[in-house]
Amino acid sequence: MGLIISDASVVYPAADGRPPVAALSRIDLEIENDDFVVALGASGCGKSTLLNLIAGFLSPSSGEILLDGRKVSGPGADRSVVFQKHALLPWLNVIDNVAFGLKMQSVPERERYPIAEKFVALLGLDGFQKSPVYKLSGGMQQRVGIARALTCDPKVLLMDEPLGALDALTREKAQELILRIWDETHKSVFFITHSVEEALFMGTKLIVMSPRPGRIAHRFDLQFSRQFLAGASARAVKASHEFIALREEVLGIIFADEEAVA
Amino acid sequence: MSDGTGKTPDAKTGGFFASLGKSRPTKPGEIYGVPGQGDTLWLSLGSIAVLIFIWWLVTAMGWVKPLFVPSPGAIVTKFFEIAQNGFTNTSFFDHVAISTARVFGAFLLACAIGIPLGLAMGMSPLVRGIFDPPIEFYRPIPPLAYLPLMIIWFGIGETSKVLLIFLSVFAPVALGARSGVKSAAIEQIHAAYSFGASRWQVMRHVILPSALPEILTAMRIGIGFGWTTLVAAEMVAATKGLGYMVLSASQFLQTSTVIMGIVVIAAIAYAFDLLMRFVERKVVPWKGRM
Repeated sequence: MGLIISDASVVYPAADGRPPVAALSRIDLEIENDDFVVALGASGCGKSTLLNLIAGFLSPSSGEILLDGRKVSGPGADRSVVFQKHALLPWLNVIDNVAFGLKMQSVPERERYPIAEKFVALLGLDGFQKSPVYKLSGGMQQRVGIARALTCDPKVLLMDEPLGALDALTREKAQELILRIWDETHKSVFFITHSVEEALFMGTKLIVMSPRPGRIAHRFDLQFSRQFLAGASARAVKASHEFIALREEVLGIIFADEEAVA
Repeated sequence: MSDGTGKTPDAKTGGFFASLGKSRPTKPGEIYGVPGQGDTLWLSLGSIAVLIFIWWLVTAMGWVKPLFVPSPGAIVTKFFEIAQNGFTNTSFFDHVAISTARVFGAFLLACAIGIPLGLAMGMSPLVRGIFDPPIEFYRPIPPLAYLPLMIIWFGIGETSKVLLIFLSVFAPVALGARSGVKSAAIEQIHAAYSFGASRWQVMRHVILPSALPEILTAMRIGIGFGWTTLVAAEMVAATKGLGYMVLSASQFLQTSTVIMGIVVIAAIAYAFDLLMRFVERKVVPWKGRM
């Protein structure tokens, strides 16, 4: 069970006299319940294409994607997406943004708001329910985006560089927050990032992708997030020998890819 | 300029054009380099005052005959005279009311049809393909050019007058709504779909609200075109209305009535624009902020 991607390829058809582009080639990936899968890679390696594939915004040119045994053929509430930015609705306040997904699912208002309140509290947004989202800081806006996706109670939470636009300090706090929520809600997560450190710290599985054609080049099983959730401090985890050694190894892979492209 | 004493010239002696070339020092509470920043209220009031003063001076000194430019006082006097006695056996209030009814009637009709049609054009290639050619064809044509056709087809009654104004408002409103559809970010649309929204829900709850700022702007532009077309519309066998008043006064060389009518039209249009700006601040306070 869980999400299974088998032998999926995406080819963008030829256009303007350019040859067809193989965005993703023969991807095999399993995201089991409770997995926190992080995708990392040089730009153009197909991370976002893979997320769009899972979300159902794209259909594979070959291969298939199954969620709990059923074929994914379009977007749906079992796979909520958190974007880097521009995804909140500025005409709604915080609580209405958080309850937006439930409204789309025609959950009656009486039930909608208690659920939304729960996730507002979980993300530490209490007291800001009536605030307009465009007046919030970037970090708070991102928390609204995460709360909104969680209220839909998806099977898989898809996160497309959700922390990419945050400053370094806010970002580290947000990482810890997301891990705690993941631990509490037991969601499967597919998480895209450009930061090697973030990838190692957060994931239980790491896939390192390479460009041309986009493919999964390396896979790692990780334990650092479990260590953090077991009580170790984030700084201690990130300063450990294993963490640093793995960071250097992964950085080496990515720099080699970047150079091959450049 | 060097005056031979070897002193560097004072910044103020350089004049306006020299000051344009220099970089300005920063001021507290001001962000450096934002083009055209600063409050213009007092300058604007001053500009109006100077214009009226010149107008008054020119007439008071007798440089121009009142036939060509009546004095500001004569305009005010004319205003009260017509407000009291009416113009061509119709009260001033009726002139204002009938013109306002024509413009706003046409405006509301244009919004009621143009906004849904524009939205549909933005969202459906089918609707866009069908309606784009006729709208783009008639849009640049001056209303005066198709005024004769309106008369031939719809007579000299109220229909052709309102229709003429309607057409001038319709195109900008429809095109504004159409381009407003593109305001929604693809992330907003994708997020909604990933929460299980249907196509209809995405249109209703994402695309429509994000198009609102552009629709409101298009309405402001549209009503402007409406007032512009009013005088043309009232050229057609009208016996009432501000446009008619201006036109017939001009035939009798009642210049003061002409100017008074123009000022009244401008005042009504400006008041409505202020109202629309207020509505904008209330309805889309988030405009341009996310």
